[in-house]
Amino acid sequence: MIPVLLAVSVLSFVVIQLPPGDFLSNRVAKLLLEEGTPAIEQEIEALRQQYGLDKPAVVRYFMWIGGLLQGDMGRSFLYRRPVNTLIWERLALTMTISICSILLSWLIAFPVGIYSATHQYSFWDYVATLLGFIGISVPSFLLALLMMFGAYSFFDVTLMGLFSPEFAAAPWSFAKFVDMLKHIWIPALIVGLAGTAGTIRVMRGCLLDELGKQYVITARAKGLSERWLIFKYPVRLAINPMISTIGWLLPTVVSGSVIVSVVLNLPTTGPMLLDALLTQDMYLAGSFIMLLSTLTVIGTLISDILLAWSDPRIRYE
Amino acid sequence: MSKVTDKVNTESFLVASQWRLMWWKFRKHKVAVFCTGVLLFFYVVAVFCEFVSPSDPRERDSAFIYAPPHKIRFVGQEGFSLRPFVYRMEGGVLDENWIRVYKEDRSSALPIRFFVRGDSYAMFGLIKSDIHLFGLDGGEALYLLGADHLGRDMLSRILYGSRISLSIGIVGVLITLVLGCLVGGISGYVGGATDTVIQRVIEMIMSLPKLPLWMGLSAALPPTWSPLQVYFGMILILSMMGWTGLARVVRGKFISLREEDFAMAARLAGATELRIIRKHLLPSFFSYLIVSLTLSIPGMILAETSLSYIGLGLRPPVISWGVLLQQAQSVQVLAEYPWILSPALFVIVVVLAFNFVGDGLRDAADPYK
Repeated sequence: MIPVLLAVSVLSFVVIQLPPGDFLSNRVAKLLLEEGTPAIEQEIEALRQQYGLDKPAVVRYFMWIGGLLQGDMGRSFLYRRPVNTLIWERLALTMTISICSILLSWLIAFPVGIYSATHQYSFWDYVATLLGFIGISVPSFLLALLMMFGAYSFFDVTLMGLFSPEFAAAPWSFAKFVDMLKHIWIPALIVGLAGTAGTIRVMRGCLLDELGKQYVITARAKGLSERWLIFKYPVRLAINPMISTIGWLLPTVVSGSVIVSVVLNLPTTGPMLLDALLTQDMYLAGSFIMLLSTLTVIGTLISDILLAWSDPRIRYE
Repeated sequence: MSKVTDKVNTESFLVASQWRLMWWKFRKHKVAVFCTGVLLFFYVVAVFCEFVSPSDPRERDSAFIYAPPHKIRFVGQEGFSLRPFVYRMEGGVLDENWIRVYKEDRSSALPIRFFVRGDSYAMFGLIKSDIHLFGLDGGEALYLLGADHLGRDMLSRILYGSRISLSIGIVGVLITLVLGCLVGGISGYVGGATDTVIQRVIEMIMSLPKLPLWMGLSAALPPTWSPLQVYFGMILILSMMGWTGLARVVRGKFISLREEDFAMAARLAGATELRIIRKHLLPSFFSYLIVSLTLSIPGMILAETSLSYIGLGLRPPVISWGVLLQQAQSVQVLAEYPWILSPALFVIVVVLAFNFVGDGLRDAADPYK
């Protein structure tokens, strides 16, 4: 866990260090271009020192990581505010969308997967399979675009943002939370679609394996009702791989939510990360990448713990 | 079914090679066979895109800004004709809502012909010609999928874009193959602490959200790079994160096959380790490699499209499907000129086809089952 996070931090820092030039030199060039006045040398030098840009990269890395451990993530050049104050709400919203979309995809994938497995090669099984393949093949940003397009041209609604206008800038309250719930299901559904398709396949495959086993035949021979039999034994076993798939579902969902947020212009990490990258706002972008990765790694760890909790065979191994 | 059982008992089945058996099994998956055809078609078109596309994808025409797709007709004022034709478009003036409106000029039918002369091009930069597979006479531009904001033909742009977008998958997968086989092979063959370390590293990479990292890395590509350098940079970035799945497959197969009797027999017969790997292990899991590779191509294509779409991947003047979709950022534009979204259709069809082919290959990968 710790080495993983260390590696992530180095990676995020390298990502941010790679582009030639830094935010300040870009800004100086821009000022020159726009106003025609060269920025005053001393002023630049002062800024350079304030941000530590005059020191070698290794020193800057340790400055950054040291600050990070104390909860100080540096300052955003673009917003001229500590990164701390900018990202937490957005990160929380990204994670909310991610978790919602995982829950939503389970909610859909469970019944569909069970139905597909118990009615193998039936008409609806084929429909589910086909929809699953389409779900994997349509990139989430495209789906967002298509839904936006559809909503705009058929219902004359703009599917933008996560809050109604009157709540967008308002402080958090119960009403705002309810308002968010009204909006969040659309991005959650879009982000979760690819995962849903994959989860249906996993669920169907596992359940099919279990249904062919002898204990099912025994139970059936003893006259257990079909519904009771399926839900009591094979479904319980087929759920385990679903929990362990959080490990790969979460990274995909977080990735998806970033790009869907850019398309739908949600107040989450996506658009701000993109902006930060495009303007080389290194502390902001680095913190985003670092924290998104960290949260995903933690999520994967939680899924391992959940798996051990739900499956006694793993616990006692 | 009966055909297969027949085969089991016939001589031809018993002496058939592994690859022949796989082909027989693959052939049964009708959708996969059809999708293989679709993909071959797309790749052939991509190779010969200069010839296939009706016009030059960079040719601007201010008279046809946001021109809608030509309607292909068979019935006109002169009655039915077997040769499809289109009417010349006129107008292109902005109406009161600032939307461009075009009218069809019903008096001038322009027949669509094969092998017409049009914009000149140099195929692969070598063969100079001006003959296009199909188009209109007299250098008139044919807009089968409409035109973009500069009056450029969308279809031609999509076809040229397919060269970039489709090749990214293939080239990326080759790098993935090398990395995955190397790391997975070492991990599986050496075992011990090396294996543990490599597995932890793979798990770490797999648990990272790829897109933010991709975004970061591609934003880090120097803006001074030429389009070709950016293209290879993108491929490198995409395959740096994509090899982990393959490495796992290779490792798993290596570990299970190493203990098989035939590997032991070869070892007892005095074969060198390299020979065992090359002659005995590799052919046994080669089919799984192909499956894994086929299933990782669509991911690369989607990643390129996504990154280019948000402006962090390839950039104009390079034409790729993602770059083309950049125009589709605003819903208002989409609502008025929906054909701008047509590259998306190509992305979906290709990715879907790859997934189906991969599915069919997976079923066929172990023909002895």
